[in-house]
Amino acid sequence: MLDFPRWKQAFYWSLTAIALLAAMPSMFSLGNLDWPKALPAPHINLGLDLAGGSHILLEANPEQVRRQRLDNMEEDVQNRLRRANPQIRIGDISTRDGTVNFLLADASQVDKARAEIEPLLNANASGAREWDFQVVEGNRIVLRPTKGGIDNAIAQAMDTAVEVVRKRIDALGTREPTIIRQGADRIVVQVPGLKDPAALKSQLGQTAKLEFKLVDQSALADDLLKGIAPPGSQFVPYADPSKYGAPGLAVKRYGGIKGDQLTNAVQSNDQQTNEAVVSITFDQQGGAKFAKLTSENVNKPFAIILDGKVLSAPNINEPILGGTAQISGGFTTETANQLAINLRSGALPVDLKVVEERTVGPDLGADSIRKGLIAFMVGTAALMAFMIATYGRFGIYACVGLVINTLMILGVMALANTTLTLPGIAGFVLTIGAAVDANVLINERIREERARGRRVVQAVDAGYKEASRAIFDANVTNVIAAVLMGYFGSGPIRGFAIVLIIGIVTSVFTAVTLTRMWVAGWLRKARPADLNL
Amino acid sequence: MKLLKLVPDNTNIRFLRWRVPFYVISSLLMAASLFLVFTKGLNMGVDFIGGQMIRVTFVQTAEAPVAQLREQVGALGYGEPTIQQYGKPNEVSIRMKLPEGAEADPGISDAMAKRITADIRAKHPDARIDGIDSVSGKVSKELGWIAFQALGFAALAIAAYIWFRFEWQFGVGALWSLAHDVTLTLGLFAVTQMEFDLNIVAALLTLIGYSLNDTIVVYDRIRENMKKYRKMPIPELLDLSVNETLSRTIVTSLSVLITLLALLLLGPNVIFGFTAAITLGIFVGTYSSIYMAAPILIWLKVTPTSFIPQETALDRQERLAREQG
Repeated sequence: MLDFPRWKQAFYWSLTAIALLAAMPSMFSLGNLDWPKALPAPHINLGLDLAGGSHILLEANPEQVRRQRLDNMEEDVQNRLRRANPQIRIGDISTRDGTVNFLLADASQVDKARAEIEPLLNANASGAREWDFQVVEGNRIVLRPTKGGIDNAIAQAMDTAVEVVRKRIDALGTREPTIIRQGADRIVVQVPGLKDPAALKSQLGQTAKLEFKLVDQSALADDLLKGIAPPGSQFVPYADPSKYGAPGLAVKRYGGIKGDQLTNAVQSNDQQTNEAVVSITFDQQGGAKFAKLTSENVNKPFAIILDGKVLSAPNINEPILGGTAQISGGFTTETANQLAINLRSGALPVDLKVVEERTVGPDLGADSIRKGLIAFMVGTAALMAFMIATYGRFGIYACVGLVINTLMILGVMALANTTLTLPGIAGFVLTIGAAVDANVLINERIREERARGRRVVQAVDAGYKEASRAIFDANVTNVIAAVLMGYFGSGPIRGFAIVLIIGIVTSVFTAVTLTRMWVAGWLRKARPADLNL
Repeated sequence: MKLLKLVPDNTNIRFLRWRVPFYVISSLLMAASLFLVFTKGLNMGVDFIGGQMIRVTFVQTAEAPVAQLREQVGALGYGEPTIQQYGKPNEVSIRMKLPEGAEADPGISDAMAKRITADIRAKHPDARIDGIDSVSGKVSKELGWIAFQALGFAALAIAAYIWFRFEWQFGVGALWSLAHDVTLTLGLFAVTQMEFDLNIVAALLTLIGYSLNDTIVVYDRIRENMKKYRKMPIPELLDLSVNETLSRTIVTSLSVLITLLALLLLGPNVIFGFTAAITLGIFVGTYSSIYMAAPILIWLKVTPTSFIPQETALDRQERLAREQG
C-alpha cells in the first residue's frame, strides 16, 4: 500500500498535467478571457443549444427522383428513336407502374430499337445495369429501372443536393455551418449563431428549377379554368393566380430551355418599371439555345417557370442574342436576391422538406450556460463541504480529486474535440455527484476495517482493495448505459452520454488511483496511530 | 475535528422483515403506474408525437399574454395550443401537436412553425423567439422507437453483465428493480402530466445507471458475505449486507442529491424536467436496491454454494494425492 514507486507517481502526475493543460483554453473562454494566440488551443465546442443556432433535418422524397428518371427516360427514348436513321416510329409512349412503356409501330424493328436504346440503359459509370429491357406482346417495349439503378440515382441526387445546400448557406455568409448527408435520403444542416433561421429555411425550401417554355396559345380559356391543356402541351399553374384571370396557362411540352446552363444570376432592377428582377447570364451553349428559341418565336409569349409554377409570361419582342435575360415575376428585393442566390447555387435535384428543426436563440443559450455554470459551482461547493464534514482528511483528498476530475473531463473533451451541450452540463454536474461514490465506498470500507480492529495501514489497504470490486462493476454498468445512450441518442443526448463516459473513466482515475497515491504519501510521512475517519 | 456520521456504528435494522408488505405495496404501485400510463397516458412532447414547441419571451411586458396567445394561435386552425409559463412570467412555451391525419405530410410541422412564429411576430413586436423545436410525424415516430430500443437494450445488456459477474438470480433481481424504477418514474409522469421528451429518456437511462450502482454495491456485499458466512440463513445475511452498506448508500445518495438540488434550483429552466426525473429516480433507486433487489434473492433461492469454487477433477486428484501423502 505504502509503496508507490517514483515512476508510477511521475506517470500519474504527468497524465494529470496533460489533461489540465488541455483544459486551460476552454476554462479561459468560458470565463470570457482570451487565450494567448501563440499557444495551441484544443477547444471544447459549444453545442447549438448553448451557443444558439439551428439544427435542421432535411428530407428528400425518393419517389420524386424515381419519377424524374422515368420522365427523362421517356424524353430520351423519344429523341433517340426519332433521330435514328431510318426513323423508328412509336406510338402511345407513357410512364406507368414505374416503367417507361411504348408501342413500336413496326414489330420487326424491335432489334433496331433495342440497339438504339441500349446506351441509355447503362448510363451508370460503375457499369451496373440501370434499366431492364423487356418486350411484351411482340411490339410493346417496357423499360423498368433496376433497384441498383434507382439507389444510385437517389444517392447521386443527394450528393448534388448536399453541394447545392452548401453553396446556398455559404452565400448567406454564416460561419462554420455543418452539412452532412444522413441515411439514404436526409441531410443534416447545423448553423451556429444564426440570427434568422426563417430565412435559411426558405432558402433551402426552394428547389430553384427554372424553365423557359413557349406558351400554347391555342388553349381554350374554359379548359384553362379547368386546368386542362391541349395535346402536346401541359397545364402549369401561376405562382400568383390573383394577378391573372386564370389559374394557369398551357405551355408546349417540348422545345423549352432549362435554366441549368447559367453562369451567373444577380438581383437588379428593371430599367423601365424599376421592379426587382433577376438578371441571368447563360453559358455559351445555353445562350445559343436561348437565342434560337427567341429568334424563332418573336412576338409570341414564353413562360418563365420556377419550380413548376409560372412566374410570368412576357412577349418575345425581339430575339435575345447576348446570352442574358431578365426574370420578372412580382419580386421584392429580398425574394429576387434569394432567387438569384439559389439560381447561382444550382437547382436542387430533388425537393427538400424540413422534417425536424431545433433552433435556440442566442439569449436562451447564453442564459443556459450562465445558469449551468452557477449550478455547477454551487453544487460542487456544497458537495465538497459535505465530503469534508463526513470524511475529514480523506474528504479533502476526495475534493482535490474532484477538482482534478472536473478539469480532466474538460481536457479530454477538448482533446477529443467534442461538443458540450446543455444536457452535457447536466451530465457534468451529475458525474461530479456520482464520482464521489468511489471515495465514499473506499472510506466507508476503511471505517469498517478499522472498526474490526485492523491497524491503520492494513485498514486503508483493505479499504481500497475490497471496494474496488464494487467500484469496477458499478462503473462498467454505467458505461453500458451511457454507451447505449450515445449509440441511440441523437444530438444533445449523445452529448450527455459522451460527458458521462469520459467522466466515468476520469473519475475512476482521480477517485481511486490519485487519492490512493496521496493517502499513501501521507501515511508514509505521518505514520498516524489512528485515523480520524 | 468531529466528523459527521449519519449512520451510527453497528446499526442493525431488520429491513427484510418488512419485505412482503413492501413487495405488495411496490407491486401495487407498479400496477397503478402501468394502469395510469395506459389509460391517462404520458404527456408526450413533440419529440415523440410531432408538432412544435416554440419558446417565446415577451421582452417588454412583465407577463406573457397567455389567454390572448391561446386564442391567437388557436385561430390559425391547427388546433388548440398548450401554453405554459416556464422560468419568468414573461417566458412561455407554446406547444402544438400535429393535426389529425397530418402525420404523413413531412412538411406540415415546418409549415406550422413558420406560420405560428410569423403570426406571433406580427402581433407582438416585442416577442423574442427563443427557440423552436419542430418535429415531423415520421421523425417523431423514429425518435420514439429509438428511445424505446435504447431503454430496452440498456436494461438487457446490464442484466446480462450482472448475470455474468454474479449469478442468474442477481441478474433477474437487478432487472426487476430496474423495471420497478422505470415503471414508477413513468407513473409519476402520467400523474403529473409533466412533459415526456427525449431528455426524459436520457434521464431514465441515467437513472438506470445510478440505481444499478446502488444495487451492485449491495449485491457485491451479499456476494462477499456469502463466502464469509456460509452457514448464515439468507434473510439474515441480506439484512447484514444492507446494514453494512447503509452508511455508503446514504452518503452517496445525499451527495448526488446535493448536486441535483443545485441543478434543480439554479440550473437552466430548459432541463428542469430532466433534473426532476433524475431526482425522483434517486429516491426510487435507493429504495429499490434495498427492498426490491435484495429480497427477490430469497425467493429465487440463492444459495451460498453459488460462490464457493467447485472442486475440479484436477483439484480432486491433487487433494487425494496429498492425503495419501
